[in-house]
Amino acid sequence: MSSGTPAPPFAITLDVGSSRANLTGSWRTERPQYVRLTAPCGAGCPAAEDVQQWLYHAEEGGYEAAWRKIMERNPLPAVSGRICYHPCETACNRAQLDEAVGINSVERFLGDQALAGGWQIERPALDGGGRVLVIGAGPSGLSAAYHLALLGHHVTVRDMAPAAGGMMRYGIPKYRLPREVLDAEIDRIAALGVEFQLSAHVSDVVAEQAEGSYDAVFLAVGATLPQRTYIPAGSAAKIIDAIALLRDAEDGSAGPPLLGRRVAVYGGGNTAMDAARTAKRLGAEESIIVYRRDRAHMPAHESELMEALAEGIKVKWLTTITAADAGELEVERMELDEHGRPQPTGEFEKLGADAVVLATGQVSDLSLLEGVAGIEFEDNVVKVDGNMMTGHAGIFAGGDMVPAERTATVAIGHGRRAAHGIDRWLRGAPAEEEWGLEDSASATGVGPAPLTAQVPFERLNTWYYSDAPKTVRAELDAVRRSSTFDEVVLGLDESNALFEARRCMSCGNCLACDNCYGVCPDNAVVKLDPPGAYAYAFDLDYCKGCGVCAAECPCGAIEMVPEPI
Amino acid sequence: MSATRLKYFQTGSFAAGNRLVDPDQRSVQSDPRRANAITCGHRACQGCGEALGARYALDAALRASDGDLIATNATGCLEVFSTPYPESSWQVPWIHSLFGNAAAVATGVAAALKAKGNTHTRVVGQGGDGGTVDIGFACLSGMFERGDDVLYICYDNEAYMNTGVQRSAATPPAAYTTTTQAVGEQPGAPWGQGKDAALIALAHEIPYVATATIADLRDLERKVHTAMEIRGARYIHVLVTCPLGWGAASADSIKLARLAMETGIFPVWEGEHGDVVSVTKIRHRTPVEEYLKLQTRFRHLFAPVRRDDVIARIQARADRNIARFGLLEALDEDQLDEAVEVDV
Repeated sequence: MSSGTPAPPFAITLDVGSSRANLTGSWRTERPQYVRLTAPCGAGCPAAEDVQQWLYHAEEGGYEAAWRKIMERNPLPAVSGRICYHPCETACNRAQLDEAVGINSVERFLGDQALAGGWQIERPALDGGGRVLVIGAGPSGLSAAYHLALLGHHVTVRDMAPAAGGMMRYGIPKYRLPREVLDAEIDRIAALGVEFQLSAHVSDVVAEQAEGSYDAVFLAVGATLPQRTYIPAGSAAKIIDAIALLRDAEDGSAGPPLLGRRVAVYGGGNTAMDAARTAKRLGAEESIIVYRRDRAHMPAHESELMEALAEGIKVKWLTTITAADAGELEVERMELDEHGRPQPTGEFEKLGADAVVLATGQVSDLSLLEGVAGIEFEDNVVKVDGNMMTGHAGIFAGGDMVPAERTATVAIGHGRRAAHGIDRWLRGAPAEEEWGLEDSASATGVGPAPLTAQVPFERLNTWYYSDAPKTVRAELDAVRRSSTFDEVVLGLDESNALFEARRCMSCGNCLACDNCYGVCPDNAVVKLDPPGAYAYAFDLDYCKGCGVCAAECPCGAIEMVPEPI
Repeated sequence: MSATRLKYFQTGSFAAGNRLVDPDQRSVQSDPRRANAITCGHRACQGCGEALGARYALDAALRASDGDLIATNATGCLEVFSTPYPESSWQVPWIHSLFGNAAAVATGVAAALKAKGNTHTRVVGQGGDGGTVDIGFACLSGMFERGDDVLYICYDNEAYMNTGVQRSAATPPAAYTTTTQAVGEQPGAPWGQGKDAALIALAHEIPYVATATIADLRDLERKVHTAMEIRGARYIHVLVTCPLGWGAASADSIKLARLAMETGIFPVWEGEHGDVVSVTKIRHRTPVEEYLKLQTRFRHLFAPVRRDDVIARIQARADRNIARFGLLEALDEDQLDEAVEVDV
């Protein structure tokens, strides 16, 4: 070997190097990737609220950001936080761990924070150019008006009642929804430049549209007519409709309805519960619900029944009213057949009652649509397409008058969907076939099914979540509340609202807990500062594809996918 | 680092970090500037629990000593996969000598530092269960007995994995290894043999002994931190999963360590001067079968003939741990998650 040439490397003469030269990523057969999935709460929300996302803000104490996230979908959070039957909580994965997150109570807290703080949504400086008439100032009409205003259109809302709110005012009693809350949320919509014309009846929608030069009409007239059930009654029998009872209790102009000492409410829905509880508050000593099926088949929401029972309201199950006379009813005991339908038994008895309140369902007053070309009806409601447009071009409909579940939250979802449908129609854009990830069609009962799979409980690694039961809203003392119209269910204060929000498991959406970064045996997870699309990234030069990150992600936001071979 | 348990913060203090709390309340492992004592490119198997356990422990020790640390290492997987000449994954001064003498080498390093008048540099000895519980035990016991100023950490994966899965004195009964085949009336590793190194360490009445697993990061980090605040001989025994030797999916590494803890198979405790002073309670008690059935080293307990007798015996062993260490008793007040004041 010549002296000028360095010796070839040999064993101990090698320089020490870092193992980083060894790119172990080549071992991998699967790679991890971050994903965002639809949490069950949002998928279950008829108003298409992105619940997981607003809870994420609330967890940090970002109440205004959380509220603004809700307001992207629902203009009435303080109302919904009181009266929504919260299908989000029914869907919540946490229910399988301990108890569902109290989403509804957090929503109410955020809604109340907004009212207390005077938070407002600014009308965008854009002119959509459309003139839209909204008929009906209930939840669906208000929601449509709000979203149309945000899209820059000129909106007029017309309602036959002297105040806006629809069934939220004339159907839902004060003890469930205080009127100052409802008024404040409606005022916020009016502040966006929405014009309200009240005590104004519309008898012919096409004529009304032409007269006012409206480009489009959204019908949201609700279901205000009682569905009459025939009961043979003597001349002295007192029979009134639940819907009239609730309206009169609100209106007050005709004086309080006179019911007598003992009131029977006929029906098993939420209106029956409201009527029975209202009757007690109006002075009835006894309020009895008469329902033809059993508790398992009752359409009323469980929480409403529980609250009614707690106020001393009795329920006579499997019973129909066959005749009414002064101070006394004749009732028949029923039996359920194998399909769950009530069948008469021929066994009759007497039931003392000074008045009968009929709460056997409501139908829509569709007289304003008489003779309108193209409109199709189905079981006394109006058929609409995925954009909520009826068979008559430019006339849209939503809420209780279209085929769907009849709740305020479904109606709010319809209103938003119709607003966007009207906007697209006005712009000549094609009707949207797919509503996008965020829009829960299955819950509204209209349009295509949601696109993404929801996050199943099994995808979560729940060991990581602190054990913590749900904070239960305090309820007014039952004795006190049955004699007054004070609000029954109280709200959360800030510390327990925050606690409740933090029980969210963030299903399918990274909650930035650093676990993937911590548990990687190969240091192949990189924390991004500032975060990009995700808070972390995988270093595929070194990731061996072991899958520990995905298995240990608490919220199921990492997925292993096969490497192409 | 803080040992405070955080309550009501979504993932509490169970996950590595938590966006809702201050960075100084998060784990060492959630720190973007953590030391990474073992860096990328090491040749450990996919999902190696030992690579993870060693990084958890040494990163915590490095933080506790402000990075002023020397580590010694016994022969074994940890040494082989991290240091194939001339490469090294170690980002800490590190020395390897023989299979059985890691504790003696650590003693020597500590003695040399003392001779030089260096009172700030700390010493950590490391080894697997073979190098610690079997081959190196005399050196370790001597280190305890003399009270040398060393923290010794054993990463216990319950067999000689590096040489091809042979039984060690830490292999659990009934487990298959290449030297304890699943044949005969009592298949797998024999009953009535083996030793509990942590309890033997405790019997030396040294200042600090603890057990931990890779499934409870905050607990492991807290124990390393506690040990580093003490001078003299200290011992931490960490259960680390071996997907290869246990015959388990690599993704299940942490899950298995968690199940070992939640079944009572591996009791997690800490002791001082000969007495157990605290235990980590079981949060969700799980039958041992859930742990066993995920590992092919216990496959012969389920097929071709299900061995309910052996499973019951393993359950009884776990139940004994639960009773002996009080793993299910109500939490002491100071062990409860602390209700952190909400900052509003």
